[in-house]
Amino acid sequence: MAETSQLAPRDAAWRDELRKAINAKERGAIPRVKMPELDPAYRVTCNEEVNQGLTMEQAQLEATRCLDCPKPTCMEGCPVSIDIPGFVKNIQRGDIAMAARVLKATSALPAVCGRVCPQEKQCESRCIYHKMKKEPVAIGYLERFASDYANEHDDEMAAGTAAPEKRGVKVAVVGSGPAGLSFAGDMIKRGYDVTVFEALHEIGGVLKYGIPEFRLPNSVVEKEIDSLRSQGVEFVKDCIIGKTLSMEQLEADGYKAVFVASGAGLPRFMGIPGENLIGIMSSNEYLTRINLMGAGQPGCDTPVLEGKSVAVIGGGNTAMDSVRTARRHGASRAMIIYRRSLEEMPARVEEVHHAQQEGVEFMTLYNPIEYIGDDKGHVKMVRLQHMQLGEPDESGRRSPVPIPGDILEVEVDEVIVSVGVSPNPLIPNAVHGLDVSRRGTIVVNDETMQSSIPTLYAGGDIVRGGATVILAMGDGRRAALAAHKALSAQS
Amino acid sequence: MFEVIEKEQFSPKVSKLIVNAPMIARSRRAGHFVIVRVGGGGERIPLTIADADPEQGTITLVVQNVGVSTEKICALNAGDSFTDVVGPLGQATTIPSGKTVVCCGGGVGVAPLLPIIKAMKTAGNKVISVLAARTKELIILENQVREHSDEVIIMTDDGSYGRKGLVTEGVEEVIKREKVDEVVTIGPAIMMKFVALLTKKYDIPTQCSLNTIMVDGTGMCGACRVTVDGKTKFVCIDGPEFDAHKVDFDEMIMRLKSYN
Repeated sequence: MAETSQLAPRDAAWRDELRKAINAKERGAIPRVKMPELDPAYRVTCNEEVNQGLTMEQAQLEATRCLDCPKPTCMEGCPVSIDIPGFVKNIQRGDIAMAARVLKATSALPAVCGRVCPQEKQCESRCIYHKMKKEPVAIGYLERFASDYANEHDDEMAAGTAAPEKRGVKVAVVGSGPAGLSFAGDMIKRGYDVTVFEALHEIGGVLKYGIPEFRLPNSVVEKEIDSLRSQGVEFVKDCIIGKTLSMEQLEADGYKAVFVASGAGLPRFMGIPGENLIGIMSSNEYLTRINLMGAGQPGCDTPVLEGKSVAVIGGGNTAMDSVRTARRHGASRAMIIYRRSLEEMPARVEEVHHAQQEGVEFMTLYNPIEYIGDDKGHVKMVRLQHMQLGEPDESGRRSPVPIPGDILEVEVDEVIVSVGVSPNPLIPNAVHGLDVSRRGTIVVNDETMQSSIPTLYAGGDIVRGGATVILAMGDGRRAALAAHKALSAQS
Repeated sequence: MFEVIEKEQFSPKVSKLIVNAPMIARSRRAGHFVIVRVGGGGERIPLTIADADPEQGTITLVVQNVGVSTEKICALNAGDSFTDVVGPLGQATTIPSGKTVVCCGGGVGVAPLLPIIKAMKTAGNKVISVLAARTKELIILENQVREHSDEVIIMTDDGSYGRKGLVTEGVEEVIKREKVDEVVTIGPAIMMKFVALLTKKYDIPTQCSLNTIMVDGTGMCGACRVTVDGKTKFVCIDGPEFDAHKVDFDEMIMRLKSYN
């Protein structure tokens, strides 16, 4: 696999010239680019992507801001260690195809990461500009810019990429979400025969069923999957490992290693009275009906409830996705109900901001304690316990405590519960001798992602319980490296 | 890929389809179900596997036309294909041996009951099957059930075939007559509720198989949740079979009307 430093070496003459062309003070004086966005009043009427992407001029100017540090700390913040200055400087000099190649060398899904990664907590949080009290380089926007360019210029990208030599060794991937695709991308580049097994009828996992179109268009995901397919990755839909095919059958079919990335399965509920009333559902159900099944679109048979007064319980990105989806599906009142304050909310700042722009109400420091239904069993009201913040808990966040007797009743006709997920038990239940934690996650070595069964690796939510796209992808990368080492030692 | 090999019309609303699905045919056991989809915009619909032939690589589905999606399924003919068939899903039935078992099915519930009847008989149980329907035309799979049962009792609401009366009357007659170790019931939720009430009175362990609303069928969405023994369970991964005495049927019946 090409080392990133070979693609865009820092000591290359062109990069040296770029560094000398403008001094640091002038670079630092350029204001950080603003992402062009659709107008909030318009975007709640449709599913179009909110962030419109940078223009070439904007991207090159933003890339100019990057100081091309000798020790780029931004890279330490990236779970897949993208050569960030390498791709950014290629944007600055106008070689966008090369910028994309640098990205693709370490990330199977750069156009996805450029959209959904919490850059503000990762690469951008380590940007040297923070020390200078300036805004960080918009690495995420630039990543998206270069990857979108690549996806629109297939011919240019095809040139200069040589197919790796085939090893004739088969590896299997369980699940086609970000972890699985990342593993598949790395292994196909190393010359393995890679087959990805997906339980659903579409490839992409959470990128398809979970993240809405207005944040991550399916066409973007499809492009990334097509790219893997054209490199030779095989995809098998409608196939559940542990049910349709057993692990033993995979082994008998000649697969030498299996990477399990089966994702977070079971949505959590709170176990409060009335939670099984009609109109109360998990965010997984709500988003799957709309994103995967196309509910509400012409020609799609799957129904979804379209409430007028919708409460979404939780403060994560999935809660934001759900509440913003509800606004787009006819909710005149869409509320986030979160038991802590805005400050503790785990969702990305950008998502909270977009939700606020779209008219979402934030009812923080409230926790549902009961749902009340009408005579037909439809939810009509939620009873909320007012909370206040107490001492910090083990997560470091101040934990919410009820204010006795302070109860608020709110009329609702739909409730979306988005308080987390538990790992999918299908694989842990189906594999004998697999070491599984009490929480139901697969136990692996942190470095190699190898499980108690030497040929079985695992990553993503089935290991972490619930994480981000990029952490899942990092797992896929590490597992691929470890599997490659183990398999090449055998041959 | 998931081609319909053979189709038989049981009644105007009920069709039997034999579908090519080799991997599922090999790995499925009694009690398992599949999720099927017809067309690009089709819904994911759970259907219990009525039978399978691992050598031919086929599974048998029995479908009652009750809505948009089941209508599309029932409209498939030999040579047509499902867009997707995925499975086998759910937990397989626990089959005892050397017991006296009453298997009672209502309407199309007899289809998922058939593999359980077969497995019960093969495991050396005495199997008494009670089949019930509104009227004679809606009694399905009678011959296959007879083949694997020690005795078959037929009940129809209108008395047009077998005896006039509800399924519970047929079951109670057996219970009063001889020692019954276990009851298995599959059919409309309301029927299973009353079978459960009856067998609880006699303290006979009873399994039911639930057919709730599902989306993915793999534990991901929770649309299928039911309350069993006061706890929320997912039919797709914890079931579809549960202790009928512990299922909150009233809540289940209410939730089945979510999209009505």
